[in-house]
Order: sequence, then C-alpha cells, then structure tokens
Amino acid sequence: MSYEILRLIWWALLGILLIGFAVTDGYDLGSAVLSPFVARTDLERRQVLNTIGPFWEGSQVWFILGGGAIFAAWPALYAASFSGFYLAMFAVLASLIFRPLAIVYRSKLANTRWRAWWDGVLFVTGLVPALVFGVAFGNLFLGVPFGFDADLRFHSDITLLSLLHPFPLLVGLVSLTMLLLHGATWLSWKAEGPVGARARSIVPLLAATFVALFVIAGFWLLAFKGYVLTAPLAHDAPSNPTLKHVAQTAAGWFANYLAQPLLWLAPILVVAAAALVVLLRRRPLLAFLTSGLAVAATIATAGFALFPFLLPSSSEPGASLTVWDASSSRLTLEIMLGCVILFLPFVLVYTAWVYRVMRGPVRTEDIADDHGAY
Amino acid sequence: MDIVILSRLQFATTALYHFLFVPLTLGLSLILLIMECVYVMTGRTIWRDMTKFWGTLFGINFAMGVATGITMEFQFGTNWAYYAHYVGDVFGAPLAIEGLMAFFLESTMVGLFFFGWNRMSKVGHLFVTACVAIGSNLSALWILIANGWMQFPVGAKFNPDTMRMEVADFSAVLFNPVAQAKFVHTVAAGYVTGSMFVLAISALYLLQKRFRPLALRSMTVAASFGLASALCVVVLGDESGYTASANQKMKIAAIEAMWETEPAPASFTLVGIPDLAGKRTDLAVKIPWVLGIITTRSTDTVVPGINDLVKLADQRIRNGLIAYDTLAKLRADRGNAQLRAQLDAHVADLGYALLLKRFRPDIEHATDADIARAAESTIPNVPVLFWSFRLMVACGFWFIALFATAFYFSATRRLDRYRVFLVAALASLPLPWLAAELGWIVAEYGRQPWVIEGVLPTFLGVSGTDAHNVLFSLLGFVVFYSGLAVADVYLMVKYIRLGPDGTLGHPVAAPGMRGEAIA
Repeated sequence: MSYEILRLIWWALLGILLIGFAVTDGYDLGSAVLSPFVARTDLERRQVLNTIGPFWEGSQVWFILGGGAIFAAWPALYAASFSGFYLAMFAVLASLIFRPLAIVYRSKLANTRWRAWWDGVLFVTGLVPALVFGVAFGNLFLGVPFGFDADLRFHSDITLLSLLHPFPLLVGLVSLTMLLLHGATWLSWKAEGPVGARARSIVPLLAATFVALFVIAGFWLLAFKGYVLTAPLAHDAPSNPTLKHVAQTAAGWFANYLAQPLLWLAPILVVAAAALVVLLRRRPLLAFLTSGLAVAATIATAGFALFPFLLPSSSEPGASLTVWDASSSRLTLEIMLGCVILFLPFVLVYTAWVYRVMRGPVRTEDIADDHGAY
Repeated sequence: MDIVILSRLQFATTALYHFLFVPLTLGLSLILLIMECVYVMTGRTIWRDMTKFWGTLFGINFAMGVATGITMEFQFGTNWAYYAHYVGDVFGAPLAIEGLMAFFLESTMVGLFFFGWNRMSKVGHLFVTACVAIGSNLSALWILIANGWMQFPVGAKFNPDTMRMEVADFSAVLFNPVAQAKFVHTVAAGYVTGSMFVLAISALYLLQKRFRPLALRSMTVAASFGLASALCVVVLGDESGYTASANQKMKIAAIEAMWETEPAPASFTLVGIPDLAGKRTDLAVKIPWVLGIITTRSTDTVVPGINDLVKLADQRIRNGLIAYDTLAKLRADRGNAQLRAQLDAHVADLGYALLLKRFRPDIEHATDADIARAAESTIPNVPVLFWSFRLMVACGFWFIALFATAFYFSATRRLDRYRVFLVAALASLPLPWLAAELGWIVAEYGRQPWVIEGVLPTFLGVSGTDAHNVLFSLLGFVVFYSGLAVADVYLMVKYIRLGPDGTLGHPVAAPGMRGEAIA
C-alpha cells in the first residue's frame, strides 16, 4: 500500500477514534453534567450512575486508544499538541483521574458528605473534558504559535490564556451542548421513571441550542483566515514538517467544501440529525442513535474543513503539521493498520455484546436492593 | 527549577504510584478467575461469594489503576515531547496495540464482571472474568515490550530525513529477549502481590476468628498460586539479569558495585559499602564465581567492570561525534550518498555524542575534558542500585519461604494452628509492593543517563514547555494522588473490616460442610 494511502487511512482512523470516544464516552460525560438537573434524590443520582456503570470503563478506552494511536501514527502531533496545550491537557487529565473514582467510590459509603463531594467531582469532571476538547478543536482553526528547530525539537509560545479566544470558547460550548444532548438521549433511553422523563423534556432545548451554536460557529469561521499549502507537498516524502510553505487566505477553511461540494453532507447531517432527535424523542433508542450520528457528523465537519492540516502554526505557518509530513514511517503505519484490521472488529463485537447483556432500563428499585450497584 | 529534574521527578512519582495498583490488579484478576473456576466446576456457592468479596476489593483497586494509568500515557507527550518525536515511531506502536488488544478487552469486560452476575449463565460470567484477567495480563505484555525496547532498542534505525528512530524490524521489537524476560518477571511479581494480599487478609480473619470458611479457602488458593509465582519471580529475575548483561553492562556492573573487571568467572558481592567518589566498595563480602555464572551462563566470559565501561564510553562518544558532524553536513546536502554511507557507519554511537549536550551546546567543539566528563556521566547511582537490588532479592527469597510454609500448612490442614505464622503472613503484606517498587528503581534508575539505552540521553527527551508548567502539574499530582490514596485506603480498610458478610449483605458460609474441610 502506498505511503500516501496509508496516511489518508490513518487520518480517517484518527477521526474514527475521536468519534468512537465522543459517541461512547460522550454520553457518560453528558449524563454526569446533567445529573444535578435531572436527578433529585440520592437514589436518582445512583440511577444515573448505574446507567453508565457497566460501560464507562470501556468507553474511556476510546480516549486512551486515541492517545496511543496519535503517539504511534502521528508522533509529531502527539509531541506538539500534548506539550503545547500543557495546562489544558492537565485539566483533562485531572478530570479523567478523578472521574473513575467518583463513579466507583461514590456509593461505597452511606455518608452524605462523602456522596455530595463525589457528586461535585462527577459534575466538574464531566464538564471540563467536554469543554476543553471543544476549545482545543476551536484553536486548531486559529492556529497556535509553535515551530521546530533543526533537530525537530518542538518549541511553542502557547499559554493557557492564549487558548481562550472567543471563537474557541464558542466551539467549547458547541462541544458541551452536543454531549449534553447525547447524554440526555442516553438517560431518556436507560433511566426509567422521572429521571428519564426529565432528560427527555430537555432534549428539544438542548438540540436547538446545539444547532444554533454550531451554525453560528460555521458563519464565524468565515471571518477567519484559513491555512492553505502554497506549493504542492509530496504525499509520500519522509515526515519532516519544516520543509514546506503555508499561507493564510480568507475563508481558507472552506476551500475543501468549495472544491468538493459533497462534503456539505456532513454539516447538513448535523442539523438534520439534531432535528430528528427532537422528533424521535418518544422512541428513546432511535433518538440516542441519532444523537450519536449528530456527534459523528460534527467531528467530520471539522475534520473535512481542516484537511490536510492536523495542527496549524500561527507563528511559523511552514511548520504546521499536516497529514503529509507528520506521520510515522510507512512500515509503522502498515503494522498498525494491520493491528486495527485484526482487533477493532473484535472490540466492536464484544462491546455490542456487553450492551446486549446489560440491555433494558435501569430502575431505582433494583439499585436499592443491589449490594454491588454504584 | 530545572525542567529535566522536574520532569524526571514527575515521571518517577507517577510511575511508582501507578505501580502500587497494577500488580494487585494483575494478581487478583487471576485469583478471581481461579476462585470462580472452582465455583463453576463444583457449584459450591461459597466460591462465588469469595469471588464477589475479593472482587469488591479488586474493584476499588482497579479504579485507581485505571485513573493513574492515563497519566503515564499522557506524560510522554506533555513532559517528554522530544522523546515522543524521537522514538514515537517505534515506542508508540506497542502502547497503541496495548489499548486496542488488551486494555479495551479488560475495561469493557470489567463492567460485566460487577454488573453481570444475574444476567448471564455461570459459564458466561466465568468467560467475562477470564477476559478481564487475560486483558490485564496482555496489557502488561505490551507495556513491557515498550519498556523492554527502552532498555534494549532492537529492530530500529535512525532516519536522518526525519531526525528520529524508525522501525526497521517489528518482530525484533516484539520478540525482544529483554521484554520477554521482563514481562514474565513483572507479571509474576503481580501474582505474588495478589497472593500476598489474599494471604495476609485471610490471616487477619483467622487471627480475629472471623469468616473462617472463606479465609481458609482463600488462603489455600493464595498459598499455591503464591508459591508458584514466587518461584517464577526469582528464576525469571535471574533470566532478566542474564538478558540485561548482553546490552546493559553498565547497569549490571553498577548493581554489583564492580569497579574493576575481574578475571572470569566474576565473584558476586553479597554485601558491602559502595563508595561513589572513591570508586571502590568497602567491606565487601564476595562469593566467588556466582556473578559470572548468573550473568553470562558460562565460566569463561568476562563481566566488565565500571572503569573499563567508562573507557569504552569515551571511545563511543568520539565515534558518535563523527556521526553528529556527518549529520550536520547531510542536512545541508540531503542527496549526498557518500555522507549517508558515512553516517550509517557511525550512527550506532550517535547517542553517545549527544551525552555531551549536557556539558556544552556546540558539541562539535568538545574537548578531551568534556568527553571525559560525558563518559563519566554514564555511571548510574551505584549505592542506590546496589542496595535496592539486594533488598528486592531478599524480599523474593522471603516470599518463597512464606508461601512454601503456607502451602505446607494448607496441605496438612494446619493453616490456623500457629499464631506466629498468621502474624508473619499479615506483617508481610507491604513487602511485595516494596519489592516491586525497588525493582522498577533498579530497572529505570539503573538505565540512567539514558532514556533509550545508548540512543537518547534522558535530559534531551524533555519538552520545550515552561518549567513552571511541569512544577505546577507535579504539585497537582502530589496533592491529587495523596487525597486519592487516603480515599482508596479508607475504602479498602472499611470493606476488609466489613468482611464478606457485610460486603455481600448475607452471611458467607459453606452449607453442609464441617469447618475443617476445604473445598
């Protein structure tokens, strides 16, 4: 397989892993943030926890695998984004450290202060990743200040404050409302009784907010200069991100959409799916699957706009990371693709099996008598 | 503060902390599998209750292992960005495969382990438990393949176009002998930890005269599994020593505090007082022949001493400087085939030249004095390695003795007869953790000054980020981890005190069995 095709496949796989994470762990995060609003008693809080209880660990692996895949397939991106977005990453990391313990430890003691503390932790650790991932994505469109020296040592002037431009903050809200919607459809499906009903009742509001913010972000993006390659870049050359020329042009992020009108299907799908979620909200499983589709289409919309850029540099545009000069060697991409083809189907099969075994709604009365429940 | 020191401190702290939870997960997952197998085969419900009770403690520990493990993966990017760039092509792959093949299996199934008891057949649930155990052990395999490559970087080649190491032969990375030996040694250490956990807490119950049926059966499992594992740990630790001797001669010499090369077969220093400044070991008690035989499996192969290895490093630095100089010329003239050939001839020592960067940025102008300092810098901290290793090995032999005793008492049905044995079992609870942490100190601190042995010095691997960021996150981890340790220990103690009856909400007994009988 040619190096060019392999790089394209790994760009697509990067998107698939992100989507896998956002669709599976996304409803966990969304449910955790919604919990204080839809669950009023201790038993209802536990009901929310037990809807995600059997699944969250597997869902979180999508994120860990995403990190591992970036490390293996896009090491330059891994080095640049993780060290560049240092404090933002630390905030996400702190959330991912505390969240598992909030889920597992919360109901292990009857003490109300203990439970209130972990409820607080659960809320914050759901909110932070949902926001930060959006803010980070928003910054990709603006570019961040970084470059490389002759040894390809990465240096950057990114600070936490420099990431908090209004546009990325808006994208953060897009991401948050998207995952809240997804969490609401999940609870509407899995939590029987008042909690599910409350979640269902806020679906229209969340869907409308999400679509409005998504569309505003799209129009706002027109105001920014996008990044474009000024000379064709060899698609099969060794990965060295310092040997190219990049310029910023007005509405550059729409270049792919203008060149390939079929891509418009992705943003159209986002709006259509969100509308469909509202219409289907009385059929909870379908609504949940549709909100998952909206999540996937949102990520695809952003990815199509950015291609072939992975991380644009605002200070030294020529050092931007692209699909063509930031990947692993051909052999590594080949080996890793083989592993994905071999193992990912198994992952999907046993994940589906776990959802099947744990099918059916979670009821408050079952939790009350179950010593093993969270 | 210096970013290299802060980054190393953060990695050491978070890795040692993470490894408080990993070995227990590795060991307990298999012990749960054994217990549930007995339940499925005999149908005796006490074995199901044992699985559930120890499973609850497993769950408290597992969540901590997952939470602290994410830090490890992230850190290669946040704090070790140049490392990630320089070796990501090789090192990233096993980490990604670990997620895909092992961690996914383990994490997806662990939910069913806790929530699936009433939703599946007995065999179905046993399958889930088996997947958790297999997943966590496979996870260790891939992590140790990655770590083994840091100790013995086989199957990779430097690419001057991309300025990094790239995979040349993936099967060499996969079947790295160092990785194989480390894997078996590490998982066996995990099995010892799991066995000791079960043994010690069961001993506590017997001392308190509570939950006798559960404690006796649990102890029997722990005794036999623990004995087999303790034997494995020591034998395969020896295998680790043998494989390390092939490429990490400095680590072996430092562990032995062996300054001068001895005629083969070298003697083993049982105890002594290594003196780093004076380059000698005082009051050494030596056993002839033992070191030579352990590390070379022969009586005539020489084990080189530290002083000779420093001389060798000196030569390799000089050779590496030729590679470094050629690389600079090649950057200006990328198509020059002659320069490429010259680089290939010397590139194996490029990493040694990079050691000089600690002393001056313009290493092409290095003086003989600089080179001598850089060569000296290849000596790791001898006293720390010397003592950590000896303490770890002493723990290993104690485990064999303790589990052998437990096994004998279990076979002769005298597990609760001798109070002194039960107290010793309980008091030994922290030792497997101590041994495991010391083992990592020997392996990783002993690899210094390299992050990838002979290829990339540790100080070059760090990120270009502001040192304050690293300090901030380090303090954050210390505060978070301390708080979480309190919560974890509190819950563990609470559920151990509650015991099986309180945890499961019904008395755990063996119906129709006399107290003496087991299984």
